[in-house]
Amino acid sequence: MKRVYVNENWCLGCHLCEYYCAFASTNEKDMARALKGIKISPRIRVEEMDGISFAVSCRHCNEPLCVKGCITGALTRVDGIIMIDKDKCISCYTCVLCCPYGAVSPSEDGAVLKCELCIKTYSRTPMCVKGCPNEAIVFEERGE
Amino acid sequence: MREGMFRNLSGCAISGIISKSGKRFSGQRIIDSITVMHERSNGLGGGFAAYGIYPEYKDYYAFHMFYDNRTAKKECEEFLEEHFDIINLSKIPTRKIREITDEPLIWRYFVTPLPTKLAESQLDEREFVARCVFRINTCIDGAYVFSSGKNMGVFKAVGFPEDVGYFYRLDEYEGYCFTAHGRYPTNTPGWWGGAHPFALLDYSVVHNGEISSYDANRRAIEMYGYKCTLLTDTEVITYIIDYLHRKNKLTFNEICSVMAAPFWSTIESKPQEEREELEFLRYTFASQLINGPFSIIVGFEGGMMALNDRLKLRSMVVGEKDDMVYVASEEAAIRVIQNDLDKVWSPKGGEGVIVTVEKGKI
Amino acid sequence: MAIDYIYPDYEIVRNYDRCINCRVCERQCANEAHEYIESSNKMVSDDSKCVNCHRCVSLCPTRALKIVKSDHTFKTNANWEGKSIKEIYKQAESGGVLLSSMGNPENYPVYFDKILINASQVTNPSIDPLREPMETRVYLGAKPSKIERDENSRIKRNLPPHVMLSMPVMFSAMSYGSLSYNAHESLARASAELGILYNTGEGGLHENLYKYGKNTIVQVASGRFGVHKKYLSSAAAIEIKMGQGAKPGIGGHLPGKKIVGDISRTRMIPEGTDAISPAPHHDIYSIEDLRQLVYSLKEATRYTKPVIVKIAAVHNVSAIASGIARSGADIIAIDGFRGGTGAAPTRIRDHVGIPIELALASVDKRLRDEGIRDNVSIVVGGSIRSSADIVKAIALGADCVYIGTAALIALGCHLCRSCHSGKCNWGIATQREDLVKRLNPNIGYKRLVNLMTAWQHEIMEMMGGMGINSIESLKGNRLMLRGVGLNEKELEILGIKHAGE
Repeated sequence: MKRVYVNENWCLGCHLCEYYCAFASTNEKDMARALKGIKISPRIRVEEMDGISFAVSCRHCNEPLCVKGCITGALTRVDGIIMIDKDKCISCYTCVLCCPYGAVSPSEDGAVLKCELCIKTYSRTPMCVKGCPNEAIVFEERGE
Repeated sequence: MREGMFRNLSGCAISGIISKSGKRFSGQRIIDSITVMHERSNGLGGGFAAYGIYPEYKDYYAFHMFYDNRTAKKECEEFLEEHFDIINLSKIPTRKIREITDEPLIWRYFVTPLPTKLAESQLDEREFVARCVFRINTCIDGAYVFSSGKNMGVFKAVGFPEDVGYFYRLDEYEGYCFTAHGRYPTNTPGWWGGAHPFALLDYSVVHNGEISSYDANRRAIEMYGYKCTLLTDTEVITYIIDYLHRKNKLTFNEICSVMAAPFWSTIESKPQEEREELEFLRYTFASQLINGPFSIIVGFEGGMMALNDRLKLRSMVVGEKDDMVYVASEEAAIRVIQNDLDKVWSPKGGEGVIVTVEKGKI
Repeated sequence: MAIDYIYPDYEIVRNYDRCINCRVCERQCANEAHEYIESSNKMVSDDSKCVNCHRCVSLCPTRALKIVKSDHTFKTNANWEGKSIKEIYKQAESGGVLLSSMGNPENYPVYFDKILINASQVTNPSIDPLREPMETRVYLGAKPSKIERDENSRIKRNLPPHVMLSMPVMFSAMSYGSLSYNAHESLARASAELGILYNTGEGGLHENLYKYGKNTIVQVASGRFGVHKKYLSSAAAIEIKMGQGAKPGIGGHLPGKKIVGDISRTRMIPEGTDAISPAPHHDIYSIEDLRQLVYSLKEATRYTKPVIVKIAAVHNVSAIASGIARSGADIIAIDGFRGGTGAAPTRIRDHVGIPIELALASVDKRLRDEGIRDNVSIVVGGSIRSSADIVKAIALGADCVYIGTAALIALGCHLCRSCHSGKCNWGIATQREDLVKRLNPNIGYKRLVNLMTAWQHEIMEMMGGMGINSIESLKGNRLMLRGVGLNEKELEILGIKHAGE
């Protein structure tokens, strides 16, 4: 299955992935209109320290702890992609605590936020990958 | 306007006949052949090269000359006397016909270099003769050597080739090989020297096409001492053949691999030995590759070579009957003189057809 | 001091309706021209720090930024233009030589733009490169001087040392040090994939890149940095750099602060020392000395590699080239006055040397007149900007071209001409680690391959139009060119006719 991978060698810490990610979930055509004046809640986040940076988003684990821990069944694994059903989520944040990568985060609208590989959007390639100026984030098949 | 003042492009008809056994035959046959392709010429140039026509003078260079006037003739003859022993000189016999007009003075000289002059020049004999031809053609105003080989001669004029043949009484000559050219220039030259064949020493070339590598070939060959004064494809091709054959001692097969070199992809598919040889030739003689459409017939002492460009962008057909080989732009030009052929085919692009007269038969 | 104040040449224009405060501009500007003001939740810019490299413009996800030329002006004066006045302020303040980067930007004639290419009509068919073979392969090196045959009268295949290229283009000398490692890796990998060569410049060859030796020209320059036996023998060809188009007559200077880590190791000089290449080679004060160096290098590599001698196009370039052609060199590289540089004194870059088109035409003619054109191949550089420039250069008589600036542009260079600052925002002309990583060689090499592939297609199209299906038939084929708007003398030097003739 194709997954998002990051290569810290090429990550510039520009944070564009976060903005493209936030933009992806808005259904707007224009990023300025979509994100103007908003504090974004991206599903991918750049971690930086001592000149090293890399983006972190859901790994779509084969044995996902978040799904295991989800008490309502809001998180499920569908064709290898871990999806969130916002209607079922009750914001208990068990998944946020379970995820070893910190890839699930709380949000203001109640349900947790996590990367769903942009499958709910028009784009076939995740927007963080498309928007990365240095191919530090790639979407590829690397075997299980 | 004359050739050399502008670049004159032309389409053409060519034809050639050779007897492998060295049997001599009348020039009427080549006239008959080229006549069929009347439509491929437009009356602005025709000519013939004939081999084996001067057996009685076969050890002497036969210079065919055009003079614009008597002053040029006088000056040229002084030059010839200074450098050569002139064995015989005469007007070239012609018939007065209505179709051929404005003829220059047309003379023929059988010469051999003066031994003292030749020794002084430190050149081999043929190089000495070639240089004298260049001297006359570039330095003596109004004089032009249009044929300079041994036991061969070029006959050319402004007109349709069949009229040119009749004018020069070609039917009265006998040789073992003839080539012919009918010209369709895109400009209007009025000068006889610009008609074809073009010849240097015993090499003569008739050519149908327009080469796109002209200036690359010209600038390269001029570095080796040749002077392209006519700005025609045929001139530069003749010099390339002279350079490759006489100066570099390449065989005619090798010359074909230079002038119409196989594509690199073809070369790479060959067995190692052949591949290396072809690579060597293309590397070494890159500037002698001729590009763009051409079909040529090259006459030389004891043989004839026909070659198409590597994409075969011009028609050329070869026919064989017994010891005779025929080459022409159109099959009809062969059939008209020999309908009963043993074999007839169109050589592929870049595939040279080389015919030589059996040893000792001339 | 107030009198030294110079208003910025370019202004950053931010469209606040589109700016979403993502701060990518701030993070990506090594010159720190952008800043986020927390209190007002607003991005601000300092025009005086902007070098107009377009990094922020290119990365801005909402198209909120553009750079415009400032309309701030001095009083109009046809003689004393703003540029001249500002340069005087700078020098009056610093007392120093003005430094610049990249090629000469001044308004001299570009002869390539006044030359037009021919095409076939009626009398000679054009050739469709999509349907017929079209050959762009070239060999560089001397031609055999005579044909020899063995006892079976087969030709002896004794070719002099040479290199083969899939197309008549090579990446010109740009040193590791002036360029980043990632730029070098991109050039090396692209060359290997394309079947062409790149040139190390005078900074030596990084140990990781020895594996691309078959596609490498190693340079021996006046500083002799990084030259050793393995370096020489790993390469496809060796280039002696006598001069550079951007700075004929002077050497190079890579400041000590750039001589760090791998660069110091590759150049074989201590960290922190200035890498100074002398103006001349101190063992070459004349042509006979050059011959000795040529043969030293040939000896060192057992006569297996062609030696290139690179010179800047200067006034008597044809006489110099003629000397080089008789000095044992196999290839002459000529660099025109528009050639690029990582740093050069402005006055020299902008006022010394001659255009490559004229230099090439006159060298090619001189070598032919003297009958020694077969001794050498000619490579020209110093501003080849497109495939059309290549076709024109080949038709004027070159065997091949060098491209430098065009390759850097493919890698992202936006020609801001600030290489000498060492803060290249595109990761090309810098050694700052955080900036170097901005050039991902996986992307870089592909872009170079793309550019060359595109140019090769265009070259083939133009050749096909002329009815030529092999590049050797284009070489020196000046009848395929016509001049427009050139005077008699220019046409004579170029050896071409005027359009309409």
